[in-house]
Amino acid sequence: MAVAAGLGPRLDRERFQWSSLVMLSPALVLLGVLFVFPVLYACYLGFTNLALVGSRSRAYDFTGLDNITRMLGDYVFIKSSWLTIIFVVGSAIIGQTVLGMALAILLRNALVSVSAVIGSIVIVAWVLPEITVALVWYAFSQAGGTLSILLRQTDTNFLVAVPMLIVSLANLWRNVAFSMLVFSAGLRNLPTEVLEAAEVEGASVWRRYRLVIFPLLKPTIVTNLLLVTILNLSEFTLIYAMTQGGPGIETMTLPLYVYQEAFVFHQLGYGTAISLVLVLIGAVFSLLFVRASRSQV
Amino acid sequence: MSAVAARRLADKELIVVPYRRVSVSALATNVVLILLGCFFLLPLLWMVFASVDANPDWAIKIPTPTLANFADVIGRADALSSFRSSLILAGTTTVLTTLLALLAAYPLSRMHIPFRRSFMLVILFASGLPVSMLVVPVYQIYVYLGWLDSLYTTALFLAASSLPFAIWLMKNFIDAVPLELEHAAAIDGASTFRILRQVVLPLTVPGIAVTAIYTFINAWGAFIIPFVLTYSPENQPGPVEIYNFMGSHGLFKFGDLAVFSLLFSLPVIVLYLFMSRYFSGAFNFGGAVK
Repeated sequence: MAVAAGLGPRLDRERFQWSSLVMLSPALVLLGVLFVFPVLYACYLGFTNLALVGSRSRAYDFTGLDNITRMLGDYVFIKSSWLTIIFVVGSAIIGQTVLGMALAILLRNALVSVSAVIGSIVIVAWVLPEITVALVWYAFSQAGGTLSILLRQTDTNFLVAVPMLIVSLANLWRNVAFSMLVFSAGLRNLPTEVLEAAEVEGASVWRRYRLVIFPLLKPTIVTNLLLVTILNLSEFTLIYAMTQGGPGIETMTLPLYVYQEAFVFHQLGYGTAISLVLVLIGAVFSLLFVRASRSQV
Repeated sequence: MSAVAARRLADKELIVVPYRRVSVSALATNVVLILLGCFFLLPLLWMVFASVDANPDWAIKIPTPTLANFADVIGRADALSSFRSSLILAGTTTVLTTLLALLAAYPLSRMHIPFRRSFMLVILFASGLPVSMLVVPVYQIYVYLGWLDSLYTTALFLAASSLPFAIWLMKNFIDAVPLELEHAAAIDGASTFRILRQVVLPLTVPGIAVTAIYTFINAWGAFIIPFVLTYSPENQPGPVEIYNFMGSHGLFKFGDLAVFSLLFSLPVIVLYLFMSRYFSGAFNFGGAVK
């Protein structure tokens, strides 16, 4: 044992080392002050009548369940919740997953040159800043814009005629690369023996996908669903820059409504309460997906 | 010979039939993919064409070539100052996030930390929380501390909100560095910090690059946080500036708007191209939910 004494600290993973705390502490301090504390503070502010200006900006009260009761009678909130669910289900859960899978499969089977070019274009759309996507889709859907010319209805501003559809399409356009990359990686990692066996047995393309490939990809599909739901639930910039929630409240999803109540109508307390509902919706979706992933293999 | 008879004949020639079927479906695959590609290309083309068009419109059209739009934008003080703001904001956020994530990820990957598994789960959960939830409390904290309208304090919150995912990403990269090298260095008597600096750091460069670039791309496009936390015109980063221009109908020409967003998008595209070389394995999270 006399030899071991001269070797300095052991890299024994079962022993706590103070240096680990030293290295962790800067991150813990920043997360504590500007992440954990705001989360807890939000849980409190959501039950107060805090305002942005006026007397209630300084002297605000804990109002119990007042904000919740107010929400239940607030038709904008009800509509906003529905719009959020339509947006997430339509643009992310269905749109992004189906188109992402289709693109991944097509890219795998198309000519190498075609795949390389189209794959890059789809990824560029994803890498662009959201504000740029908002601008190009704003231009695309205006009266006299490219879409109106393609559909031969040059007098129609599609952002006014079908705002939710256009916003969902723009979001799909931007985010589908994520699902495409996830599914491409999933397809690449499939065991080749199984695929070859199915091919040798003479299974048709459709049967191969339905009975072999999709079941094997199930964990990837569930992970993709979970991630796109969480990412899209909090989408703000794209919708806000294109429509500010309008026309009327036709695209006022919950993140936009939080912003409007808090910083336009100066109702910080009520706005925060709405954001808590948004977190709750995210938690419910996540639980559903995690349960689905565990139900069967 | 009728078509049915022709197919029957072809059925007997084993080589011809599969070849024909494959070529039809291969053609369909490529055509569908190209059509989908057009859906992705068309909105983008508008920005590129309008930026060099002397007389642009909302629709894509063959441009009357000019570089006047570029000259316009480069001559605008507000456009330049928003680039400066974005650089400060995204640069500070990136340096802070990457440094803190590296320091935190190393012990999380290598050392014995009580409740490490729960800690990583909390970190993962935290990176999924919507910013909308944090905007109001953070605004209140910033009012209280007198931190509003500064790019550096705004970067501090951007760093805090990007830290959970950065730690998670960085830990996965460090996990992949072989442990034997560190054991060897430790047996030779190197201190923990020396091991980190001289052994782990050089091997983690790709991980650091990916984390830094990912953080930078997000901070470069951040909108709601600077939108709420800053108000002076000279502190507005690119996204807020573009948003303001979009709203000021007529004050800002189509062509200038296209040039501005094109120039603003270029850095992240270049960075992504650089990062994608390292990033190929990052999408393999088959069973990550379990």
